[in-house]
Amino acid sequence: MAEVLVYVDHVDGAVRKPTLELLTLARRIGEPVAVALGGGAADTAATLAEHGATRVLTHDASEYGEYLVVPKVDALQAAVTAVSPAAVLVPSSAEGKEIAARLALRIGSGVITDAVDLEAGETGPVATQSVFAASFTTTSRVSKGTPVITVKPNSAAVEAAPAAGAVEALNVTFSEKARGTKVTGRTVREATGRPELTEAAIVVSGGRGVNGAENFAIIEALADSLGAAVGASRAAVDAGWYPHTNQVGQTGKSVSPQLYIANGISGAIQHRAGMQTSKTIVAVNKDAEAPIFDLVDYGVVGDLFEVVPQLTEEINTRKG
Amino acid sequence: MSLKILVTVKYVPDATGDRHFADDLTVDRDDMDGLLSELDEYAVEQALQIAENYDGDAEVTVLTVGPEDAKDALRKALSMGADKAIHVEDDDLHGTDAIGTSLVLAKAVEKAGFDLVISGMASTDGTMGVVPALLAERLGVPQVTLLSEVSVEDGVVKGRRDGDTASEQLEASLPAVVSVTDQSGEARYPSFKGIMAAKKKPVESWDLSDLEIEADQVGMAGAWTTVEAAAQRPARSAGTIVKDEGEGGKQLAEFLASQKFI
Repeated sequence: MAEVLVYVDHVDGAVRKPTLELLTLARRIGEPVAVALGGGAADTAATLAEHGATRVLTHDASEYGEYLVVPKVDALQAAVTAVSPAAVLVPSSAEGKEIAARLALRIGSGVITDAVDLEAGETGPVATQSVFAASFTTTSRVSKGTPVITVKPNSAAVEAAPAAGAVEALNVTFSEKARGTKVTGRTVREATGRPELTEAAIVVSGGRGVNGAENFAIIEALADSLGAAVGASRAAVDAGWYPHTNQVGQTGKSVSPQLYIANGISGAIQHRAGMQTSKTIVAVNKDAEAPIFDLVDYGVVGDLFEVVPQLTEEINTRKG
Repeated sequence: MSLKILVTVKYVPDATGDRHFADDLTVDRDDMDGLLSELDEYAVEQALQIAENYDGDAEVTVLTVGPEDAKDALRKALSMGADKAIHVEDDDLHGTDAIGTSLVLAKAVEKAGFDLVISGMASTDGTMGVVPALLAERLGVPQVTLLSEVSVEDGVVKGRRDGDTASEQLEASLPAVVSVTDQSGEARYPSFKGIMAAKKKPVESWDLSDLEIEADQVGMAGAWTTVEAAAQRPARSAGTIVKDEGEGGKQLAEFLASQKFI
């Protein structure tokens, strides 16, 4: 059976959830072979094996942390040469897309980004994408070389599928371009204790109607009652009420959770582009004409400062 | 010392319009109003600021690959203050994918000569966000991408890249390829004077033969990916909408419980 390379996104050996989703998709096409790079790479093996990785190729070098993107491209290219895979799957983060594109160009292959589903096809994997602010769904395939495909978070379920997960050292020789862009400083974002926005099962977002940074406490309280991530519309971020890293929409994150709760968000195209594929959508907005209500499964026309705290209290009561 | 900045921009269908696909599954541009991709305005802005703050001669050239109408995008950038423009236009380019686009841009950038290439973070139609990385790979120069802050001094470009888990300070020697996000700073509006001046600024037109690119390297035939089908997403079925009469939060909780979210 053909092997499929899966690029592992991990933090010091802790595998992030989108990588486990990639293993589910990789098993539809062939036998997953994981590639883990940098500090803690070998520590990823146990988790990857539980989810279907037959082999885990690892390599650690200081270059992965000290220089941008290119060392990782060099390593993934070495893995492609060593394995001759049927496809290469990479998580659709900003960095993941850059790594995938450069790899594809180097190995003379086509690249597809932001797939939301992947199936085996007669002439290679078929990727589903959601385009034009999620108003269209397309299916595409790579027609030249080894398909390189990046997949968005929440595109597949994480499944247990125990496999050998044998750790093997990957041989990597860095190219002369690997040290081109130096990372001279890194500030790790403070953990909020909430799930990662793109990976969360539930996202609670606030927009213009939240009307001030201090009022986001109401949104956070609702999020915490549900174990949800917090999102914000562009209007709220541009006003400085919430960090850009939490922005949902065309120029922020694109999310596809089981439940999306939009509070005080009108639902402009920029925002819809980032949340329209959510399974269940709920909105609270005082404007009955807001376009967000065209998308909802359940909507409340009302003042979010009344509705949201009542909702939070009710959830906490039911839980308690 | 002089500094030559090239800004790559894209002419895209208006995102607030009703975008759709043509019969050959390329983006339908015929029935659409087009404009300079909003995310590229940030690239033009940062290029102008770098040029204004540069200690020496700096020149900003804006470059696009696209159909005849794409000149509108160039005019907008010129009216913001760019010095000149290059338009790569050729019928054989129809249907070119990201890998092919990066080839055309790389050849054009090399022909024009550059110290710094600045791009937006992604186009607002394709939204792949990979062309700057591909361009850096092709040109063999450092990639300094997705910057929220950027500056150039003494032949070195520095910037801040805000990632998912960390914010990184980056630095590379010129020549380099940079991309900037919408957090890099509000783009200026063209002044009346700028709009008038733009009409007299030079726009060069190049085709594939000027760039020594064969027709089969680009277009749909030269694409390394194939779109097999495109379908409009079915409209979401109409949901329940209630007016808050004092019990709105509780009603919403009841709905969430019925869907097993609580």
